[in-house]
Amino acid sequence: MTVNVDPAAGQGLSYVYAVGRTGTPLDTAPDGRPGLEDGPLRTVAGGGLVAVVSTVPSASYDSAGIASRMADLDALEVLARTHHSVVEFASAHATVLPMRLATVYVDDARVRSMLEEREPEFGALLARLEGHVEMGVKVYADPRSAATPAPAGGGPGSGQPSSPGRAYLQQRRAQRQNHRDAYRAAGAVAAGIPARVEGLAEARVSHRPQQGELARAAGENIANEAYLVRASQEEEFRRALHGVADGFPGVEVEVTGPWAPYSFATPPESEGGTR
Amino acid sequence: MNGELPEEGLPGAGPAGTGTRQAADADDSVESLAGREIALIDLLDRLLNGGAVLTGDLVLSVADVDLVHINLRAVIRSITSDEPAPW
Repeated sequence: MTVNVDPAAGQGLSYVYAVGRTGTPLDTAPDGRPGLEDGPLRTVAGGGLVAVVSTVPSASYDSAGIASRMADLDALEVLARTHHSVVEFASAHATVLPMRLATVYVDDARVRSMLEEREPEFGALLARLEGHVEMGVKVYADPRSAATPAPAGGGPGSGQPSSPGRAYLQQRRAQRQNHRDAYRAAGAVAAGIPARVEGLAEARVSHRPQQGELARAAGENIANEAYLVRASQEEEFRRALHGVADGFPGVEVEVTGPWAPYSFATPPESEGGTR
Repeated sequence: MNGELPEEGLPGAGPAGTGTRQAADADDSVESLAGREIALIDLLDRLLNGGAVLTGDLVLSVADVDLVHINLRAVIRSITSDEPAPW
């Protein structure tokens, strides 16, 4: 359901960053720290849960405001990084469920009734996430780094007996072969990762491979996974993946985290599959 | 819709004392967390696809949120010279 906010009311909306349990340091830790638009953080309690909240201007954070913000990458980045820093702060104090970006309620009373309503579900999720972190694992294929130096293509003095045209074709063929090899190798590395971390990961979610300008320049992301790992086993998880791409030229594996468990903040049955 | 400018700073500018997840370095404020230079795309993967989704009395309906996400993907693509996936 969408609630239309009367812009003339102009009171501001309650932006929710994360939800945890009451009776933890989360009850008071966020108080007064700056959130979005420098609005002070506060907590709203309900149903044994506590939400970390700040007030944001109605005009900028209603449906249209959020939409226009999403269309501006710089504004989106500020929103995302601020949201994230509050989630990080909260998760340094207690187990929390991070909220999806731009979770906005009309007022604190609505936040409170949401908490009361969702307590069984959120309580179960919090119990599952307690003491866990999310680790990201991305596999890249980078054919260029796998490439053996190809003949320069029959320039003067290159000593290539073949015609420039034939040399060009040979080079193209070699490039295509490198591409195929690198992608095949990256696929094999990615396929082997779940077995490597077996016993260290309790759940896995696949995100879409990253593409576009925001993606890393070098290589092509072919797998983008998130694993739920006990915080005490983070180093073990990293070690298990250490050298996983050794012997696979043109393949690189990047591990990120620890993250607050963003990718596992929805009930397990909706996990899995590419998002 | 006045495109109100975002605040110039991240909350890192705020009081210190957050600590890392392990809470070992209590003086590592949000500044150092932000300073870890998390790639925006890794963050957006999680903030736009992950996170608990609330329904009910939201200003944004879930449908709106999905629409926004689709728009965002379009934005990210539109500013790139995205080549088709090679397989």
